[in-house]
This record gives sequence, structure tokens and C-alpha cells, in this order.
Amino acid sequence: MGRWLARRVVQALLTFVLALTLLFALMRLAPGDPIQRLEGERPMSKAEIARLRERFGVDQPIWRQYRTFLGGVARGDLGTSIEYNRPVTAMLLERLPATVLLGATVILVNFTLGIWLGVRQARRRGSREDRLLTTASLAGHAMPSFWLGLVLAWLVGVRLRWLPSAGFSNPLLGPDAPLSARAGDVAAHLVLPALTLILVTLAGTMRFQRAAMLEVLRLPYIVTARAKGVAERGVTWRHAWRNALFPMVTLFGLWLPLLVTGSVFVEAVFAWPGLGSLAASAAGNRDYPLLMGTAILAGALLVGASLATDLAYAALDPRVRLS
Amino acid sequence: MNPLLAAVRTAIRDPRGRAGLAFLAILALLTLVAPIFLPDPAAQPDPLGASNLPPSLMHLFGTDALSRDVLSRVVWGARVSLAIALLAVALSISLGALVGIAAGYFGGAVDSALMRLVDGALAVPRLFLLLLVLAVWEQIPVAMLVLFIGVTGWFGTSRLVRAEVLRIREESYVRAAEALGAPRRRIIFRHLLPNALGPLLVAATLGVGDVILVEAGLSFLGLGVQPPTPSWGGMILDAKSVLVTAPWNAIFPGLAILGTVIAANLFGDALRDAVDPRGA
Repeated sequence: MGRWLARRVVQALLTFVLALTLLFALMRLAPGDPIQRLEGERPMSKAEIARLRERFGVDQPIWRQYRTFLGGVARGDLGTSIEYNRPVTAMLLERLPATVLLGATVILVNFTLGIWLGVRQARRRGSREDRLLTTASLAGHAMPSFWLGLVLAWLVGVRLRWLPSAGFSNPLLGPDAPLSARAGDVAAHLVLPALTLILVTLAGTMRFQRAAMLEVLRLPYIVTARAKGVAERGVTWRHAWRNALFPMVTLFGLWLPLLVTGSVFVEAVFAWPGLGSLAASAAGNRDYPLLMGTAILAGALLVGASLATDLAYAALDPRVRLS
Repeated sequence: MNPLLAAVRTAIRDPRGRAGLAFLAILALLTLVAPIFLPDPAAQPDPLGASNLPPSLMHLFGTDALSRDVLSRVVWGARVSLAIALLAVALSISLGALVGIAAGYFGGAVDSALMRLVDGALAVPRLFLLLLVLAVWEQIPVAMLVLFIGVTGWFGTSRLVRAEVLRIREESYVRAAEALGAPRRRIIFRHLLPNALGPLLVAATLGVGDVILVEAGLSFLGLGVQPPTPSWGGMILDAKSVLVTAPWNAIFPGLAILGTVIAANLFGDALRDAVDPRGA
């Protein structure tokens, strides 16, 4: 187990370094460099260009830039934002809580609801409900998240005026307002972005759980349980679902990129002050270091999640460790 | 009969496949024929008096903030989106097939190097890779958009093809061909590639839906198709600022994206079941 674990961790680190290398190559292979871009926006003197090139390290040979880049990431130094002239790492950390709040809400609701619906679908395979949910998940899978977000903002936020459709909290509610009022305010702002992301990502969970459940329900021990006279509810949840939950661990690795990508659009639409909207505005401003920082963070998140998935899988299934 | 044609035929017999393909065919036909009857999508007949008109008989989908006909722009957007999707998918499928065959057939160091590269590339969400390469341009050329969407789309496909090649290359008929002294090229193009065509076709069809969403998303962020060229994502971006007064600007292009992606996925699902009936 110890050796397997060590190998898996090294492998994850290697994947991350490869991803970093790829990002670095993308940045450098692209024609021109960030300084040339700035030149296009306003006239600059030769001396100023040279100073900027030195400051962003573009004047160094490429392998040294690469080493500086990797070293910086290892130390948590992701450079300086061009647009805001602030350290990228600090900006990312500032935006992290809002994204974690949104992401955790989505994951929690998505998995609870998706698992429940998927199990129901599998139990009533071929029923009208099953077909309806399958159709709905088809639509969810094909839904552009930014469009759904706009439609919900328009319908629920503007037309019905039920919920706020932008931002994280009401600026009129000062810091001296009672905690419950402020929490309720944030929660109200959270509903629409979270709902959008849940609707877009729910299809994956549902489909996966349905398939996993169907796989188990056809096994002989289920027939045995039914023959013994175990109530259907017991068969479903106690016998079948326990084993059908197991493949769901792998879903996380497939599903997280969807959430990360989706939150870029949804946060941008709802002006949610998280990492996604930061990435969107960095792309719009052509703020290269900041955009790179969000990409690196997304990569670290995915590699970490994939590692965690494998570890959880190994903890649950000894066969993985032995092979 | 050609197994690919057989798969398509089986998929069309499936109602899902039929509906999906029919939708795509009608849309493709519409993009070719409709522009004859529709106003020029770039025409701004009356930017002051006729802007943001609600849907009417004159303008079935209404007009946008610059008084352009939304229906006309949705149809032209379909042209742009479909063309980009088809070209980008053709590129990524070819790359995926190439890398997958190389990795699976040559094995050893080639295989490990290529597959580690794929692992690394898959570790960063595709959107971020695309934003990074596209943020360099002030005005992004469409050719570059196609190129980069294609180049970032082959990672999964190559894994798929590799698995298929690994499965087939130990089959006795491949062994026999090798023993008979068939050149490498013949083995690859005659034995390995045709067997991988089924999964490739499925990946391509599902890829079309993905690429349409990716391109729309990029255009929505301002890093895709550049105005004034109409694109669905770009139209939704423009509509954001007039959402309250003229929601039709956002609703119709969004429905177009949704319908097209659903159609492509339906056809892809039907094809998958036709190619690999075990999964059905």
C-alpha cells in the first residue's frame, strides 16, 4: 500500500509538471509576448519597453524563463497581474472563498439530487419518469451555461424580481447588519448561480448513477434478496445502492472539469466575485499572468481531485492496490 | 457492406438518431438556402428607429440593438458555428487517430511519451488552454480559432484509438499480415485504422456538439468569432446589455445552440449504440 501510494503521488506530481510545461509552451509559442501587446495599446519609449521586458523576465533565454516559471509556481509566486499590478497569488486567494462557497453548494446539491434521481430512474427503467429524466439530462448536457444563466437572471431576477441576479451581497447592507441578515443576503445571491451550475451538471451525475445502478440490479444477489422477501426499498438502498455508489467515486474526476469550466461562464454572468469571473475578465483584458494563474490553479485542482479519486478508490477496493 | 455505412444506417433506424440527423440536415440546408430570402445580416436599416424591435411578421426573431434582423443573424451564425465545428472536429479526429495509432502500434517509449503528454494536457480544462492561446490576438482570425479548437480537442480521442489498436494488434489476422511481411503502412491503414473508424465516427459526432458549445462560450467571452461576423455566442454577449428591454436577442441564438447540440448528441448516442451494441 505504501509503495503504491508513493507511486501514485509521484505520478500526480509529474502530470502537474507536464501540465505546467504545456502551459509555459503555449505562452511562449504564441506569437509576440505580453509586452508587445502593451506596446500596441499605448506608445512607449525604448527604455520603458526594456524595463518592462526585464521586469516580466521576457529578456531571458527560454530555458531560464522555464526554470523561473517552475520555481515560481513551486514557491506559490505566480507573477504580477498586468492589469491590476498586483501579485496574482494574492488575487487568487481573495477570490477563492466565493468560488468554494458556490462550488461546494453545487457539489452537495448535485450529488444528493443526482444520486437520488439516478437510482429512481434505474428502478423504474423504461417508465415515463425515466424517459422524461433522460430527455431532461440530454438538454442539460447540451445547455450553454452562460445562456441558461442569462435566461434565469432575466426571468427570475428581472421579470419576477424574486432573487438578486448579480453580485455576492447587497452593498447597502452594511457590516453592522446582523449576521443572520447578511448570511441570508449572500444565500439569496447564491441561489441563481448555483441553480444554473446544478442544472448544467446534474445530467452527468444522474446518467452515471443510473448506469451504475442498472449494472448492479441485474446481479444474482439482488434476485436472492428479493426471493428472500426483502422489501423493495431495502433491496434498492441497502443491497444494490451500496455497490452502485462505488463507481460514483470515479465520476468526480470526470465531472470536476465541467464544474470548473462552467463556473467561468456562470460567475461571469452573475458577477459572482470568484475565480471564474476573474479568469473571464483576465481573458477579456488579455491579462496574461492573471489568466495563467487561474489556469495553473485549475490544473492543480484537477490533478489533486484525480489523485484523491484514485486514493478513495483504492481505499474502497483492495483490488486496485494489488494490481 | 462498408461497416461505417452500416453503422450510420442502424443509427438512422433509431428514432433518436433519425431526429438528430434530420435536425442537423435541415439546419445545414437552411444555412444554404435561407440567406436568399433573409435580409443581409450586416444591414442596419435604421439604427435609431428600428433597433430592438420585438418579434413580428417583418422580423420573426425581432431586431438587435443595431437594428439588424436577429433571424438572419441566427441563420448566418449557424453557418459560422457549423463550419467551425466541422473543420475543428476533422482536425482533432485526425490528430487523435494519428497519435492513438502511433502510441498503440509502436508501444514502448513512444507510447509512454505520448500518453504522458495527453495526461498533462487533460489536466488543464480545455477552456483555459484556449483562453491562453487566444488571448494573444486583438482580433482573432477564424482560421486560428479552428486551428486551436482542433488542436485542443484530440486528447480523449487518442486514448480511445490507442485502446482500440492495442486490442486489435494482437489479433491473429494482424499477426498473420505481419508474418507475411506486410509493410507497416499496410498494417496501419488496412487493418488498424478501419477497425478504429467506428469509435472515431462516434467521437466525431459527439465532438461536433462539444465544439459548438466551446466556440459559443469563447465567443461569449469575446475570444471567439469576432464581430461583426455573426455567431451564436457573440450574439448572446451583445444581448447581455439589452437583456431587460430586448431578451429575444439572447433567447433565439441560445435556443439555436441548444437544439443543434442536442441533435448532434442524439445522433452520436444512436451511432454509439450502433457501433457498440453492448453499451445500449
